[in-house]
Amino acid sequence: MIEVKDVYFSYPTGVEALRGITIAIDDGEFLAIMGQNGAGKTTLVKHFNGLLKPTKGEVVVDGVNTREVSVAQLARKVGFVFQNPDHQLFCETVGEEVAFALRNFGFEENAIKKRVDWALNLLDVTQYRQTSPFMLSGGERKRVALASVLAWDPQVVILDEPTIGQDHQQKEKLRQFIVQLNAQKKTVIVVTHDVEFVAECNPRVMFMSGGKIVAEGRAEEILTNPKLVAQASIVPPQITQIFLGLSDLGLPTNVIDVHEARRILLGLLEGSS
Amino acid sequence: MAVIETRNLTYTYPGATKPSIKDVSITIERGEFVILTGPSGCGKTTLCRCFNGLVPHFYGGKLEGEVVVADRKVADHSIYELARHIGFVFQNPENQLFALSVEKDVAFGLENLAVPRDEMRKRVDWALQMAGIEELSERSPHELSGGQQQRVAIASVLAMQPDVMILDEPTSFLDPVGAQKIFEVINELNKKLGITIILVEHRLDLASKYANHVIVMDEGKVVLDGEPRRVFNSEEARLIGVGVPKATRLYQILKENGIRLHKVPVTSEEAASLLREVLKRD
Amino acid sequence: MSMFEGFRFRRVSSVIHRLDPRVKFFFVCVLFVMAILFSKLPPLILLFFVPLPFVFVAGVQREWLRSMRGALFFAVIIFLFNFVFTYFYTQYPQLPSASLLERSFAMTLRFLVLVESFSVFFLTTSPDHLGLALEQSHVPYEFCFAFTTAVRFVPVLAEEAQTIMDAQKARGLELERGNFLKRVRNYIPILIPLIVSAIRRSLELAEAMESRAWGASEKRTNLYVLKLRRADYFLALGAVLMLVFAIYVWLFVPVPSLTMLLGY
Repeated sequence: MIEVKDVYFSYPTGVEALRGITIAIDDGEFLAIMGQNGAGKTTLVKHFNGLLKPTKGEVVVDGVNTREVSVAQLARKVGFVFQNPDHQLFCETVGEEVAFALRNFGFEENAIKKRVDWALNLLDVTQYRQTSPFMLSGGERKRVALASVLAWDPQVVILDEPTIGQDHQQKEKLRQFIVQLNAQKKTVIVVTHDVEFVAECNPRVMFMSGGKIVAEGRAEEILTNPKLVAQASIVPPQITQIFLGLSDLGLPTNVIDVHEARRILLGLLEGSS
Repeated sequence: MAVIETRNLTYTYPGATKPSIKDVSITIERGEFVILTGPSGCGKTTLCRCFNGLVPHFYGGKLEGEVVVADRKVADHSIYELARHIGFVFQNPENQLFALSVEKDVAFGLENLAVPRDEMRKRVDWALQMAGIEELSERSPHELSGGQQQRVAIASVLAMQPDVMILDEPTSFLDPVGAQKIFEVINELNKKLGITIILVEHRLDLASKYANHVIVMDEGKVVLDGEPRRVFNSEEARLIGVGVPKATRLYQILKENGIRLHKVPVTSEEAASLLREVLKRD
Repeated sequence: MSMFEGFRFRRVSSVIHRLDPRVKFFFVCVLFVMAILFSKLPPLILLFFVPLPFVFVAGVQREWLRSMRGALFFAVIIFLFNFVFTYFYTQYPQLPSASLLERSFAMTLRFLVLVESFSVFFLTTSPDHLGLALEQSHVPYEFCFAFTTAVRFVPVLAEEAQTIMDAQKARGLELERGNFLKRVRNYIPILIPLIVSAIRRSLELAEAMESRAWGASEKRTNLYVLKLRRADYFLALGAVLMLVFAIYVWLFVPVPSLTMLLGY
């Protein structure tokens, strides 16, 4: 679905943000891109909808080279949910906000109405249809922003740091929502540094550091490798830390999930009594 | 010696239909490291604003009950008087730094308090050192990373030598490594200088190892108030949906299955050593 | 935008950068007055060369050139305006005289001298120093603070505007298409979030200011202080001498115009 071929990118200020990135993301995949602030994660995903074009190399989205089309054309297939919903919200009502992109893409009125209804319902904000988005709480505004992106049903959904400022329950609901999106065969790309969140989703994971990919694979392999994790300047999930601390007792070290941990420990403790 | 005490504190923002905090009565002792947590909208930030006078002096509204900070009734003192005793570090690093250089920003509070220049210079240098940012003193805040900016904010508050420091989700915008650095700095201030810390946080897995007092709020009320292990292990915490550390969660899950670790762990190291005991036994 | 580039401060240091901003400002004002006093070309040409040594000593040639290049556009407009209007008003239908040409060039040069002097001032004075100079000149602190805070947040707002544009482009907003009216309308989704964000930001800043004892004292102290040094006294003296000389010449010495010098 998305192919990144040896991409280099430098900002006009001269900062080299991407240094030779090559990766392929298949249709329907769930990918988490992780790394320190400044590693190049957001810079990379901005190439997927054409907001940025590579200085060297190329990015091909659904068979189309991003250099050859406009952002609006790519956006039709690639939805991007920005970190701060307040950078998007400007309409008088939530309904109009959700309809904004649909109008830009030239949907006809009937279709717009149906899709707005659907998106509002999906994110549980139907009751706010006539409310001003500025009157809503932080969490509600995030949901409206998400609804406004999902409204046009893009094939790829990119979420940039969706867990910032969210409490535990909000994160859990978000996690379930993302998993559901992926179950509907959408390609989901999440940029985050929240290890616990990724551990619970168990997607394909890619570590970035200094503009390069330093590791790539399944969450349980990557998040549990202390060397790779240190290179990406993140901290392994607590469960993993516990098991790494017990590795000399012969326990498996690729555990990231509480339930898996329970299974293993119970097996050991009950088995030996 | 209590440095903060509230009695039946209830507050309603102007124009709001119901109070943001209801009947809050808590005591915070001098030198404690307090974690204040709870679901979004539970009133944590509002409560903190009651401590430094933003409520009621900046926000207006209706305040009932009493709150005393460093022996002063907050309602009777202006925010700038209280600022000598209680400092506030906000969530967004960018929006609390005003000056064009780091050291000028650290000096801002002292300038407001009309501290003489020599004394000011000493305090600024000291604060920069305690926050670990001496080499950044002449840089412009905008060039710094989020973590560095937050350390500047901490230094700016520290320079005023308060008894209490409130930090409202200071690591929201930071990556885990940046967040850990902030917690380490705050911990230093608490253990070395005796500054009482009130940390509002969701990221309990990283922060809880430093705390000796946890307060959980939900819908404006204080629901849990006490020692971290007891609070995290409680049924209420789980029902409210507080993100307790995974180590504690593991303890609970094992207990449900008949396996008892002899202490409630809060960090991965504790959990590992407790598990080690249990596994070795068999 | 390029004209404004020439006014942005760069963090370099030189003798010129270290001069007291109040003295530099006085110097620039003297140049300003002198430019107004004289309307003939020869003195204005001389005046144009006065700030140049400062540009080179300060090492800001490249930025200065950029501001002059940007100003050139306006300079051409001023020249044409001046020339065309005065010509049609006074000399039409005869051929334009040399003195008319000179007059229009002089007006243009006057504008360029102004841009040049202020550009050098802003290029060699950090906003910090400027704010400090304002404070020490007894401008009420609220204004000085508003000034430095505004400068501090300019890059922040610029970045935010870029992010907002990206976010809306990602929702299909096309900023380059459409007729003029439509393009202006297309900026509403950019402006509103920017304004709302600015308001939110002001609220957060106010909270932070209050929490750091804003308003605690009638008279604030300051971490830095501007002290006048020898170089500053020299510059001040130089400026005063220039001014006195200029006034003397203006009062008593008939200044030849270029046309006269060249024998027209």
